[in-house]
Amino acid sequence: MSHNSKKTGEDEPGREQENTNSRRDFFKNFGLFGAVAAVGSAAIYSGYNYEESKPGHDMVKVLTSDNRIVEVPRDQIKDVKVDHDKLQKQGREGLKGHRFVMVIDLAKCRNARKCISACQGAHHLRPYEYHINTLVMQESEHTAPYFMPKPCQHCDNPPCVAVCPVDATFKRQDGIVLIDNERCIGCRFCIAACPYSARLFHWEEPLMAESDKGKPYNIELNIPQRKGTITKCLFSSDRLREGKLPYCVSACPNGVYYFGDENQDAVTNGTTKETFRLSELLRVNAGYQLMPELGTKPRVYYLPPKNRLFDFKEEKDPVQETT
Amino acid sequence: MASEVNTDFLQNKKLDSIAADILKPVGITQGFIVWMGFLGIGLLACIYAYYIQFDNGLIVTGLRDYISWGMYIANFVFFVATSLVGMLISSVLGLIGFKWVKPIARIAEIIAVAFAAIAGLVIVSDMGRPERLPYVIMYGRIQSPIIWDVTVVTTYLVLSTLLYFLPLIPDLAISKGRIDHAPKLLQQTYEVLSVKWSHTSQQYKILLKAVRILLILIIPTAFAIHTVTSWLFAVTLRPGWDSSIFGPYFLTGAFVAGSAAVVILMYIIRVNYKLDKYLTSYHFDMMGKLLVLVSIVYLYFNINEYLVPGFKMKTAEAIHLKDLFVGEYAFMFWCVQLMGLVIPIILMLFKFFRKPLSLFVISIVVLVAAWFKRFIIVVPTQDHPFLPIQHVPKAWTLYQPTLVESAITLGTILLAVIIITVLVKFFPVIPIWEIAEEQNEADHKINE
Repeated sequence: MSHNSKKTGEDEPGREQENTNSRRDFFKNFGLFGAVAAVGSAAIYSGYNYEESKPGHDMVKVLTSDNRIVEVPRDQIKDVKVDHDKLQKQGREGLKGHRFVMVIDLAKCRNARKCISACQGAHHLRPYEYHINTLVMQESEHTAPYFMPKPCQHCDNPPCVAVCPVDATFKRQDGIVLIDNERCIGCRFCIAACPYSARLFHWEEPLMAESDKGKPYNIELNIPQRKGTITKCLFSSDRLREGKLPYCVSACPNGVYYFGDENQDAVTNGTTKETFRLSELLRVNAGYQLMPELGTKPRVYYLPPKNRLFDFKEEKDPVQETT
Repeated sequence: MASEVNTDFLQNKKLDSIAADILKPVGITQGFIVWMGFLGIGLLACIYAYYIQFDNGLIVTGLRDYISWGMYIANFVFFVATSLVGMLISSVLGLIGFKWVKPIARIAEIIAVAFAAIAGLVIVSDMGRPERLPYVIMYGRIQSPIIWDVTVVTTYLVLSTLLYFLPLIPDLAISKGRIDHAPKLLQQTYEVLSVKWSHTSQQYKILLKAVRILLILIIPTAFAIHTVTSWLFAVTLRPGWDSSIFGPYFLTGAFVAGSAAVVILMYIIRVNYKLDKYLTSYHFDMMGKLLVLVSIVYLYFNINEYLVPGFKMKTAEAIHLKDLFVGEYAFMFWCVQLMGLVIPIILMLFKFFRKPLSLFVISIVVLVAAWFKRFIIVVPTQDHPFLPIQHVPKAWTLYQPTLVESAITLGTILLAVIIITVLVKFFPVIPIWEIAEEQNEADHKINE
């Protein structure tokens, strides 16, 4: 499948260049820095300017949000409270002008599970709590089994959002379905409604409840996680806001994931960083969606597990082993 | 209910004896104290169980991500279902003009009020964040069936309470001079609650009009509460829930559970209060016939619900149905269908089994089966989601209710029984004035 994609590049060298550029623009366009960085650097700067003329202080090197290393006096460093309301507002609005999509190439997945651990690390989840899970699939007895990473499908007709009684889970303009754990009442109707089993519930205190205590709630990262509420794959919307690829996409060593913007018809492979035309990639490789007959209109596409790069070898279940 | 009330019955000698019979058990007795003490201690233990859950989260239940609705939701459906009988007996049968429901109507309303009131609590026991309950009103979104459910269950509770209370007012007025044996506080309560009722025919006219309006209003409300409750499942895409007959299927099932509950309460009242003059074998016979009728209708819906998908055996449905028919849930499934439906129907076709004691026993079996039927509807469907359950702890794939969970569920049942006990013990359980009026009319007919 990957040689198909390459061929597309070779046929149209100009196209490849164009794609790379558009990708650069694409990430530059929404390369707005997080509220933490912006407010933080402003505070650091003011301290820096003021103290610049007075030598003899204990100086500390800090990295500003525009990647410059500056020195500030240690006693001038202040913790900056990030505006909770701002995080909520930008989190609910989403990133204007984008329609995010993910493409998962099943031919390349060998169950490295790096996507899973990166995701669980970022979202402070236990090893058996999955925003993304790699399933072993087999259509019928005589067909070959394959590994299938399964994140939230970020449906355009999301059954979970339809049933939520309090607007805790919602669909953003950029296509991402998020969950607000400050609103969630824990009725679990969305779990019942989701055909992809994409949602999980915090039955007990979340893994890092203690250390996350007091952090301003970032709805795009869903941290701090809260007991008695739902959590789910967020398409790493906090990373997208910074112009980066999602945690799982960047962590994959095997080039399984492509991520990008439907509006720009471009997706970037998280491993090779090559950018492809989305429509072309799906057409040439016979891309498909999971259970489209349910009418959920998923935003995650799969490329079929044909000509697999890796043989299927089922490893011992990592969770069953430890629990 | 007659449109005009002849207040002559107040002068009738029979009123005294009727009132004496019905008011005799009112008040605090030793048996009552023991019974309430037993319920109270049980309830305290169950409240402690809820405290454990509130403190630790739902981890103390057997629920996990895949089977995330279990005993609590089944219990909720059971409570809503049982409460529907108030509508069936008072409204449907009453408005059609069946005279035999008169002494039973209040018993049915007591069950409706108690079960509808507790249904709300049951749903809170399932919430991960019970303290956020006000959010349902603050941030409610109209397209979520949960909001519809909250709205209609509350409406039904209000209407049922009014339907219980309004016809009680004349009785309280009749009773207030006749309960010297009861505690002072209760006498004062009667005084207040009887709202200066003076038995004028004008008052009766207004009362009957109000009750009639309520009886009509409560029919669509009752249909709505259980239909909407069924939609909590039917609006999802899951095989086993994704069914278009879920509304009527739940509704007819509700009448079975409710009728059985009424028979049980009737029998307990009849035996303990020695009211066999008012709750006669005839009433049990009629309730038995009603139970047969609603059970047959429910059986019909069961056949539709299981036979049609069973004939086609679509992939996902087939896994679910095999689990029910021959798999993990087969024992419970067939017990519920046979003990709760088929066998009672056959038995109750014979007059012997519609006698008070045998009908009481059958009703207990039917009611217990009705609870497990809700479990069968709620739980097995979640065992088989569309995508396989993998890489999770083994315990997550198998739902086993825990002790804490069972205790909380038991607590809600105890609470309903407490409400029923209080209403049955402190207020007249049979409408005195309606019985007296009926007697009076009968006397008149004989005299003429």
